[in-house]
Amino acid sequence: MLKITHISKTFNPGTINEKVAIKDLSLHVKNGDFITIIGSNGAGKSTLFNAIAGTFITDTGRIVLDGEDITMQPDHKRAGKIGRLFQDPMLGSAPGMSIEENLALAAGHGGWLSSVTKKEKAEFRERLSLLEMGLEDRMKQPVGLLSGGQRQALTLMMATYNPPRLLLLDEHTAALDPATADKVLEITRNITSENNLTCLMVTHNMNQALEFGNRIIMMDSGNIVFDAEGDAKKALTREMLLEKFKESAGKNLDNDRILLSSEQ
Amino acid sequence: MELQAVFDLLRTTLELGLITSLTVLALFLSYSMLNVCDLSTDGCFTLGAAVGAVVALSGHPVLSIFAAMGAGMISGLVTSLLQTKMGIDSLLSGIIVNTGLYSINIAVMKNSSLVNLNKTETIFTMAKRALENSFLASSYKLVVIIVAVALVVAFLVFFLRTRLGLAIRATGNNPAMVKSSSINPVYTTIVGLVIANAFTGLSGCLMAQSQKSANIDIGGGIVTIALASLLIGNAFLGKGSILKRAIGAVAGSIIFRCVYTIALRLKMPASMLKLVSSIIVIIAIAGPYFRAQIPMIKRKMALKKGRENGREEQ
Repeated sequence: MLKITHISKTFNPGTINEKVAIKDLSLHVKNGDFITIIGSNGAGKSTLFNAIAGTFITDTGRIVLDGEDITMQPDHKRAGKIGRLFQDPMLGSAPGMSIEENLALAAGHGGWLSSVTKKEKAEFRERLSLLEMGLEDRMKQPVGLLSGGQRQALTLMMATYNPPRLLLLDEHTAALDPATADKVLEITRNITSENNLTCLMVTHNMNQALEFGNRIIMMDSGNIVFDAEGDAKKALTREMLLEKFKESAGKNLDNDRILLSSEQ
Repeated sequence: MELQAVFDLLRTTLELGLITSLTVLALFLSYSMLNVCDLSTDGCFTLGAAVGAVVALSGHPVLSIFAAMGAGMISGLVTSLLQTKMGIDSLLSGIIVNTGLYSINIAVMKNSSLVNLNKTETIFTMAKRALENSFLASSYKLVVIIVAVALVVAFLVFFLRTRLGLAIRATGNNPAMVKSSSINPVYTTIVGLVIANAFTGLSGCLMAQSQKSANIDIGGGIVTIALASLLIGNAFLGKGSILKRAIGAVAGSIIFRCVYTIALRLKMPASMLKLVSSIIVIIAIAGPYFRAQIPMIKRKMALKKGRENGREEQ
């Protein structure tokens, strides 16, 4: 499905700020996989997502999505195949435009000069009602009036309106309060399972990482240091994961965020 | 002042306001929607005037309108390519194009800084003849201009609701969102600026043909005047549907001209026009900024007062 082979990325090469963000990383994602990704700050999780989404072109290696080599494709070309959500709910929708207009952009039916039809509006309403946030009655309101959680749920809906081949979730619930985060996670679970989406999810929450998906990946220093799938993943506990973490990183992780969020 | 004179003055004010409103609508698209402050507007306005005048002079009054719009589109294309494909800052690319256009405009006007259209057939003289015996005979200019403004507003209302129009609005509204969506911001910026500059060119063309001459300074400072008008319109009709906001832009332009005309009647020198427009823009942009600071200032004052009274605030 997604085949990443030997990709590397160094930022500011040859300068004092040189940073090797990804080092010879390979990853093979199967169709329908839901992979959770954990790792300390600066491990390269978001950089990996940026590489897949095309925010930058990798220095080496190849990225192949469904047999199509997207290594050199610009981000907006990949965006049709790859949906993405960020931690910041403000990044995924246009605040000055109405819910309906945002959805019309995401739906992308018809040509460039076509407008939203009545049928589409009815479809928007129906889909919004599935979020159970009352957004279906606020379609004409600007998105800027929504709360962070509502906006993130809307963004998730927009990103999956036309099911992408791959969905990248970059800590998409980390900026939300716990109740809203749970709600958005539930919506995530529903949307991904209904559409059988292939999904990569970065999280700092160990419970989330263990609970979600069929495969777990741990990253450190720009590479994958631990990878468990299926039954091996199911058998994992938080303690085992923490142990792995210390082992692979070879250092103490006292002040790391991953410890804090595992204390639930 | 006689009633007839008042009517004439009102009509001229309305004509000027509506002709400039086409440039205001151009900025409505580029500044309000795409969030690009297009500083090539002055040069582009003059380009429209020059091309419109020269083509009309060659005996093609109808073609002159489309030629002026076409010239504006090319100018907009250059400005947009500089900022999307060549890594030049968007403000700077406007300034660069504006400077370059000065030479081009002189060249278009056949190495002269003035083109006289006194005896030339223009879109207005055509309208004058067509409306000769109707009740609109004395308002022939207004008819032409209103038709042009109505067409541009109708186009914008239609266009900004299409998928391309929504994409342009999203590009201006949330660049971060556009980056991670399948919208290509390069494409939307180019389309937006090309269309906006077509309106600016049209505006310049109608200005030259209505005052029967085009000169190299015709567009000087028009970007500030249009921006002032746009912000005045925003203050009254800034929220709501695109139609309402577009009408607000047109109304802002008319209000601006009215205020200016009244000021002239009160013996303000004509050369003050540009200073007035600058001050309006400053007030319109700085006003909301200062208003947002008020709570902070109040808080500081309260704290200071508390210290003076010898007690710290709890």
